Amino acid sequence: MPPPAASNARWSGLLLRLWPLVALIAIVVAIVLCASFAPVVLQRRTTQGLINLVAVVGLYVFVGNSGVLSFGNVAFMAVGAYVSALLTMKATAKSVFLPDLPAVIAHAEWPSLAGALAGGGVAALFALVVGWPLMRLSGVSASIATFAVLVVAYIVLGNWTAMTGGQSSLMGLPAYVDLWTALGWAVAAIVIAFAYQETRSALQLRASREDEAAAQASGVDVVVHRLIAFVISAFLSGIAGVLLAHFLGIVRVENFYLDLTFLIVAMLIIGGRGSLTGAVAGALVIAVLTELLRQIEIGVQIGKMTIGAPAGVGDVILALIMLLIILFRPNGLAGGRELTWPFRPR
Amino acid sequence: MERLVQTLVDAVSVGSLYALTALGIGLIFGVMRLINFAHGELITFAAYTLLALFGLPVPLMLFGAIAVAVALALVTERAAFRPLRNADPTTLLISSFAVSFFLQKLLILVVGSRLKGLDFLPALGRQIELLGIRLQLLQIATILVSAILLVALTWFLRATRLGLQMRAAAEDFRMARVLGVRANRVIAMAFALSGILAAAVSCLIVVQTGVVQPRMGLQLVVIAFVGTVIGGLGSLTGAALGGFLVGATSILLQALLPPDLRVFREAFVFVAVALVLLFRPQGLIPARGLKERI
Repeated sequence: MPPPAASNARWSGLLLRLWPLVALIAIVVAIVLCASFAPVVLQRRTTQGLINLVAVVGLYVFVGNSGVLSFGNVAFMAVGAYVSALLTMKATAKSVFLPDLPAVIAHAEWPSLAGALAGGGVAALFALVVGWPLMRLSGVSASIATFAVLVVAYIVLGNWTAMTGGQSSLMGLPAYVDLWTALGWAVAAIVIAFAYQETRSALQLRASREDEAAAQASGVDVVVHRLIAFVISAFLSGIAGVLLAHFLGIVRVENFYLDLTFLIVAMLIIGGRGSLTGAVAGALVIAVLTELLRQIEIGVQIGKMTIGAPAGVGDVILALIMLLIILFRPNGLAGGRELTWPFRPR
Repeated sequence: MERLVQTLVDAVSVGSLYALTALGIGLIFGVMRLINFAHGELITFAAYTLLALFGLPVPLMLFGAIAVAVALALVTERAAFRPLRNADPTTLLISSFAVSFFLQKLLILVVGSRLKGLDFLPALGRQIELLGIRLQLLQIATILVSAILLVALTWFLRATRLGLQMRAAAEDFRMARVLGVRANRVIAMAFALSGILAAAVSCLIVVQTGVVQPRMGLQLVVIAFVGTVIGGLGSLTGAALGGFLVGATSILLQALLPPDLRVFREAFVFVAVALVLLFRPQGLIPARGLKERI
């Protein structure tokens, strides 16, 4: 039995260590509680924001810890979306849209949670297979290679007509994702990302991010730890794809390509790619900003005139903000730091 | 026999198009360690310049396309890349990604995202007969233009003072500066050259496809990127070779694959690339001096 003082110190130490996690979850839950009293439209926007948050946190797990930018995570989102869609759709619907499916998949009508986990799992497996050669590349080469993964996934999913319906969209998915499901997964993503970054493997990976040569000289196997982060990151991205698919009730391969990649990467960069706080902050800030820009594009009614910006202004402004952030505050809004306990005992 | 030669010529012409694109990217990477996503937008903007100037005499259109691509290259360098010159490669990569999307979204905002037809130099679409084999004039022109640009670039890098400085800067930027190479001038020159290459690619691709659209540059550049990576980042010969191989392979696959697998040809190319990288992670022609000495 440790003396009470030591036990007390341990508890406060644990609280300090877990504080970023507690604070981030509290913020997200608070936002959702506010949104649950809002009109339905705003609730749906919040749900969409939470799904983006899962995607950004997923991207962060790899990018933040390894320092290597990935453009490929939207490919994992697409894989997750299609896997879950195929496993949970009604067999009758599948026989209409996808008559050539293998029997096992054609008759599968999995419960939604099992479908979601399968989506994340297959995305993680896919990351394991492609990551094995790619993680051997040096930093920027690896980033470009992840872009190639995105292109390949887009081409294959968009043309594998028997399995995915090709260019036509898959419709009639159970649209089970509401505010609370999205909240559950958002909290889960934050917990997984936080738990991972406290592990020994993640610390070694962060060491290699700061100085690859020094980390290697200290015995860090950079390739293995990058691969671990890549697989966890792909799992979360896959989940985000599942959520998006079952939120919209429809899967189109076009939705999982450059525009989504740009949005998710921009969120992470603007929030700050060096910390979980940054990832969450980026998703939240950009969600609010996009909503404001959407209002501006719709226009403001003044008397009988509607003054609105032309459609597409929002994207230009988002790209501009990302550029300004990288030029003037390269570590993003959070500056690479986590939230800290504000009343630190002296 | 005729079919075989036609396929080979096609492969060489598409390969040289990607080689030119990859060279433009490789030039910038050499002097700045920057992977320039915005190279795609140089191509796109040059193509839209052709569209805007359509109806004027052809030399004027060509001049306009080159001028716009070079000016845009210089402006992006000054505004977005010069302030980050000492930043790490990932920050530069993010910056060029942001620039690329900014320009692309700006273009969509101004001209819309639909593709537009542009019948540029229709004379090049003709078939000609060479040694009893029918070939498209455009393919011959593509190969010729690429060859001329390659020779001119090699001459510039080997025989001129600025070219020598550029090679020195690519080898060891700090040392080159210590020995009196003007960093701003060398980098600006590299961007200007990449603009010229982008304009050339743009003209050829517009003649080939007959359309312009805001995403055209990015699509080319993504494939050329992969070329530079398998060629070996930082090596110009590697970039040209890698770009050529990726382009040529995709055409050969188009001819060799059974019809229902043809749509996947880019996927096959990239799988082949992954296999190459498994055995040579530094690329086919690894660049010297890329790995920082400690």
